[in-house]
Amino acid sequence: MPPETRPSGMVLSLMALAAVVCVVAFMTWGSRGNWSFVLPFRGTKLLALVLVAYAIAVSTVLFQTITNNRILTPAIMGFDWLYMLLQTLLVFGLGAATTSAIDPRWMFLIEVGTMTGFSLILYRFLFSGGVRDLHLLILIGVVFGTLFRSLSGFLQRLIDPNDFVVLQDRLFASFNTIDASLLLVSAVLVGLASLGALKIFHTLDVMALGRETAISLGVDHRRITMIVLILVTVLVSVSAALVGPVTFFGLLVANLAYILMPSAKHRYVLPAAVLLAIICLVGGQTVLERLFGFDTALSIIIEFAGGLFFILYLLKGASR
Amino acid sequence: MIEIRNITKSYDSTVVVDAVTLTLRRGGITSIIGPNGAGKSTLLSIIARLIPTDKGTVMVDGLDVARTAGEVLARRLSILRQDNHMTTRLTVRDLVAFGRYPYNKGRPTAQDQEHINKALAYLGLEDLGGRFLDELSGGQRQRAFVAMVLCQDTDYMLFDEPLNNLDIRHAVAMMKLLRDAARDFGKTVVVVLHDVNFASCYSDQIIVMRDGKLFLQGPPSEIIRPDTLQQTYGCPFEVHDLGGDRIAVYYA
Repeated sequence: MPPETRPSGMVLSLMALAAVVCVVAFMTWGSRGNWSFVLPFRGTKLLALVLVAYAIAVSTVLFQTITNNRILTPAIMGFDWLYMLLQTLLVFGLGAATTSAIDPRWMFLIEVGTMTGFSLILYRFLFSGGVRDLHLLILIGVVFGTLFRSLSGFLQRLIDPNDFVVLQDRLFASFNTIDASLLLVSAVLVGLASLGALKIFHTLDVMALGRETAISLGVDHRRITMIVLILVTVLVSVSAALVGPVTFFGLLVANLAYILMPSAKHRYVLPAAVLLAIICLVGGQTVLERLFGFDTALSIIIEFAGGLFFILYLLKGASR
Repeated sequence: MIEIRNITKSYDSTVVVDAVTLTLRRGGITSIIGPNGAGKSTLLSIIARLIPTDKGTVMVDGLDVARTAGEVLARRLSILRQDNHMTTRLTVRDLVAFGRYPYNKGRPTAQDQEHINKALAYLGLEDLGGRFLDELSGGQRQRAFVAMVLCQDTDYMLFDEPLNNLDIRHAVAMMKLLRDAARDFGKTVVVVLHDVNFASCYSDQIIVMRDGKLFLQGPPSEIIRPDTLQQTYGCPFEVHDLGGDRIAVYYA
């Protein structure tokens, strides 16, 4: 269909409206009692949800832009498994009780620091010229991911069963047990990453054309790839440290954004992905809390829907 | 002027381009021909800084392509590769508009729109401007990419097998277009071609590569001869003079 019949701006406004509705519903639906308690209580949770939605949506879209691939998510680089290994190591080494007693702010810094450090080491290959190909880099990430997963699996078999239960709980993405004290740090990190993204924003559409065309059009492809990878790492680490690993969610919102937006420009796709992520997370959490009374975890539903979408997307691609 | 000095490129132990030194003067069409694996595309990619060279330098108007900022070079030299698959859904007009990126950094001006319209018209794509690339035939898509390169409006334009996917009518139109661009706007066009006769009829100069080395360089009258072609491709050739053009026959 021609772009004129479905202006991108209008679609974006509709999404923004839906997101606002979700946010208002989340804040007000079924609230009894004192507003001075309800607003800060739900507000913190809302902020966390929005931060995570933003981080996951932006990181996935950026990652797909530099890899020129729409079924990859940053999760493939082994971030989630590294998170898992880190948690397992802590519980294994220190025991569940000590691990739970660590100040969450320290924990957060350790998590974000390790994940960023790991990927920086990985990306150094790109700089030093050992690995020129981004796809090779991703493959290395996949291999590392498998290694981390096997190591965690091994340690989890050795662990005390009681500790294991605690560990398992930590490994499921949870949107209910977000620590408010981490929000400020996360918001600052995400804000810094966004500033970085803003500086290279005009190159993103060109990057999406592929390496050769981008270079021919004068974009420093290697430098931009590097910057984007670092931004993605920070965003993914923040979201993983806040709520735990989420695999399919980014894939879901990024691809929905590509489908729903008539224009492929980042100016439209990025905000669309963020808004869709907010709608899914905040709306989903609202429905879950109010309708189902916390009977199930949001992440399970989202991963289920995301996984289904992923399979459908693959099947559609295969039939073409 | 493009000065190529001692360019060498190898992958592991296989030497793909072997100590090539040559000078491409400004203006006109230069064709690069040679058998498969002769290093034609690799050489073109090195000139356009898509692949780093192991040894040697490429200077475009005195600028070293390995050291000059990408955005500066993008206003002097453009390249179109063979396979341009794309994951984003773009309209033809959007794609062509990217040709102006080196000048406007993504903020198109009225002047850019003029360039875009001109490039679309030049390739007969006016009616397809609003169509998405994945709805086009291979030949139409190829022309859309060429329109983008024209829109980039650089002095030097490199094309890696631009006639791929084109039927005879469009292949001839494409070569005429490149010749006109060279003649009317003083552009320097470098093309890798597989069809010896297109090279013979349209080039001002032909470069022959064999086994990664520069084999011959000269005007079509010197290159399109039975003995040189036979040495290049390793099969028998006849060359006929037809209406002032030298036509190679190699089907027998």
